[in-house]
Amino acid sequence: MAIFIDYDLCTGCKRCEKICPYNGIEVKDGKAVVNERCTSCGVCIDNCPENAISSDIKEKEVPDFRDRKGIWVFAEQADGVMAKVTKELLGLGQSLAKDLNQELSAVLLGNNVGHLIEELQKYGAQRVYLAQHELLSVYQTNPYTKVISEIILHNKPSIFIIGATPIGRDLAPRISMRLNLGLTADCTELSIDQEDGLLLQTRPAFGGNLMATIKTAYSRPQMATVRPGVMESKKIGTSSNCEVIHVDSSLTKEDVVTRVLEFVGEKKKVVSLNDAKVIVAGGRGVGSEEGLKPLFELAEALGAEVAGTRIVIEEGWLPVERQVGQTGQTVRPELYVACGISGAIQHRAGMLGSRYVIAINKDERAPIFEAADWGIVGDLHEVVPTLTNAILNRKGK
Amino acid sequence: MNIITLIKQVPDTTDIKTDPKTGNLIREGIESIINPDDRHAIEVAVSLKEKYKGKSIVVSMGPPQAIDAISEAIGMGIDEGILLADRNFGGADTWATSFTLGKAIEKINAYDLILCGRQAIDGDTAQIGPQVAEFLGLPQLTYVMDIEEVDDRRIIVKRGLGNGYERVESPLPALITVIGELNKPRYPRVDLLINACKENARITLWNAADLKVSVQEIGLSGSLTRVIKTFSPKVKREGEMLKGDKGEAVGQLIERLAGNYLI
Ligand SMILES: Cc1cc2nc3c(=O)[nH]c(=O)nc-3n(C[C@H](O)[C@H](O)[C@H](O)COP(=O)(O)OP(=O)(O)OC[C@H]3O[C@@H](n4cnc5c(N)ncnc54)[C@H](O)[C@@H]3O)c2cc1C
Ligand SMILES: Cc1cc2nc3c(=O)[nH]c(=O)nc-3n(C[C@H](O)[C@H](O)[C@H](O)COP(=O)(O)OP(=O)(O)OC[C@H]3O[C@@H](n4cnc5c(N)ncnc54)[C@H](O)[C@@H]3O)c2cc1C
Repeated sequence: MAIFIDYDLCTGCKRCEKICPYNGIEVKDGKAVVNERCTSCGVCIDNCPENAISSDIKEKEVPDFRDRKGIWVFAEQADGVMAKVTKELLGLGQSLAKDLNQELSAVLLGNNVGHLIEELQKYGAQRVYLAQHELLSVYQTNPYTKVISEIILHNKPSIFIIGATPIGRDLAPRISMRLNLGLTADCTELSIDQEDGLLLQTRPAFGGNLMATIKTAYSRPQMATVRPGVMESKKIGTSSNCEVIHVDSSLTKEDVVTRVLEFVGEKKKVVSLNDAKVIVAGGRGVGSEEGLKPLFELAEALGAEVAGTRIVIEEGWLPVERQVGQTGQTVRPELYVACGISGAIQHRAGMLGSRYVIAINKDERAPIFEAADWGIVGDLHEVVPTLTNAILNRKGK
Repeated sequence: MNIITLIKQVPDTTDIKTDPKTGNLIREGIESIINPDDRHAIEVAVSLKEKYKGKSIVVSMGPPQAIDAISEAIGMGIDEGILLADRNFGGADTWATSFTLGKAIEKINAYDLILCGRQAIDGDTAQIGPQVAEFLGLPQLTYVMDIEEVDDRRIIVKRGLGNGYERVESPLPALITVIGELNKPRYPRVDLLINACKENARITLWNAADLKVSVQEIGLSGSLTRVIKTFSPKVKREGEMLKGDKGEAVGQLIERLAGNYLI
């Protein structure tokens, strides 16, 4: 497999150089040249405005999928409590279903979980596939893979989305290999291509430094895991109908090979930055644990949660569950106040979805200002208390 | 105990800088390293071998230069390496990668345990481990943060799940994916490293024909996903710098917050 450049057509526009995920093509002396880093992934071919790039790979044929219909969501639950991401997936599913004019279904597995149907309906499910069995009471890879794969084979959905949680990321790739389905990981954006009706799946890669949009044209359902905390849930009126389809699974004890001995929950209450409407976040600029005090006071005045960059966590100034970013939590508050934060890409990856961002930093060139709606250049130890007082004064009036 | 460890050579993404003007990645001069999680997997393989004997093999699919990653693994104490290298493996998505790795493991045949990193820092999908396990019909234990017990028939691990951990027992053979908390990887030993580089004797190359796979099943041709475009993350906003001394700047900010019903 190789990539070829037609030098008569190449104008040296560098578009291929910019979009290549591997840095495998460069423009030298005004013409594109493929180098040893090229993996023949083909991204450059479709993106060349001059049609100057081709390869010897034959385009795969797309089978006839006209009988595949319906948007499906995996209804993750634990101990009979719906995972928050399930509601988010249903919120996303509602808009995909509307764009395609298809139905939205939830796939619910467990034992004694019938009471969750009403909630699924409230968040947009028009149909629920319900499989109940004692072997499904806690999540285990094999039985869940088996039951879901059977439901998919019988009912032929067009799209299947799963939360990119520890459970979802254990389950989805297993199903993808069993049924030979393309699978896109950890998406932050899903939409429908208006031209061909395919699912456009956008996700960060290379540690948040690169976004990629992916299609899975060759298999159905088109499958993706979706990052928790990114999509919005939407309640609908309860007047609408919800059809429940009871699935008889063929599970036996032999299907369960691993044995969960115990689950040990963390003692600390997990702060859900996910749910916070306002977040006040501190970076190295706060200087010390003591230096976080003005941030807590501002948070108190705003009714906010306090969060930090990885530096703040590593320094031990805040506990790990308060870290925002690529390796911490993804948040989408109405307001994010970044104090003494430089704005590294790994941090921004976790707060991009904020509605409004304020940045307070003493360095006017700090990249965080590019990610902010409003910026104040100054020492946070002066600016933050001034802001807190101004807010309290306003409230007092 | 025979252990196969899957390792990937990746660009050191922690080194990646973005061009402040264009927002594009600057990848010049970025080093290739063994994927960080995979080092922890190698450490498991080597320490289990020290305890239980048997053979440890690393397998990597990648371009010819991925041989450096295999040499380094041998430097850390792994016995042998297999590099799956073929132009036709190029452009593989996770399905095609897992299929190819699965075929190679079937060819090796003798194994009790397969180790993977949880996630590669470039592709970032964390899909290879579970897919390879499914291909081989093995039980999988993902997010392993501690191995409590292992003998030739079963393994007990702790799986880190964010809100706590789960203790799970599985029969062997099984596939596990490991996370960084598991152990502290050793450094390669210089003498072993030099040997590995000098002779390359303990490194075997397999191509598509060796695996008896057809071109339609591997690489870009075998892939079920297609990256149709890539772009830099949208991070810019209409940043408005609020001027004046701190009192004035805060005053303007209060106006903006109130104007947008934020306070
Ligand atoms: C693989 C990987 C994953 C990562 N994941 C994350 C993640 O999830 N979350 C995360 O946050 N980071 C993450 N990082 C780290 C990230 O790259 C940055 O190092 C980190 O975000 C920087 O934190 P900071 O802004 O607090 O510190 P710095 O970059 O040191 O910035 C401190 C800022 O404070 C300003 N400042 C100093 N004093 C004052 C003052 N008195 N008043 C006002 N401003 C002041 C300075 O001008 C500076 O801009 C990750 C890195 C890697 C390699
Ligand atoms: C920008 C971008 C986005 C992509 N998104 C997707 C996507 O959403 N879905 C998809 O199917 N493909 C995707 N791909 C392709 C994917 O990156 C490759 O298939 C890659 O070879 C394996 O995926 P990974 O790096 O995510 O590995 P992971 O699944 O994260 O790796 C986990 C572990 O598997 C083992 N492993 C992984 N690769 C190898 C290897 N080559 N040799 C030996 N062991 C290995 C290692 O132990 C590793 O720690 C994407 C590629 C790019 C460039």
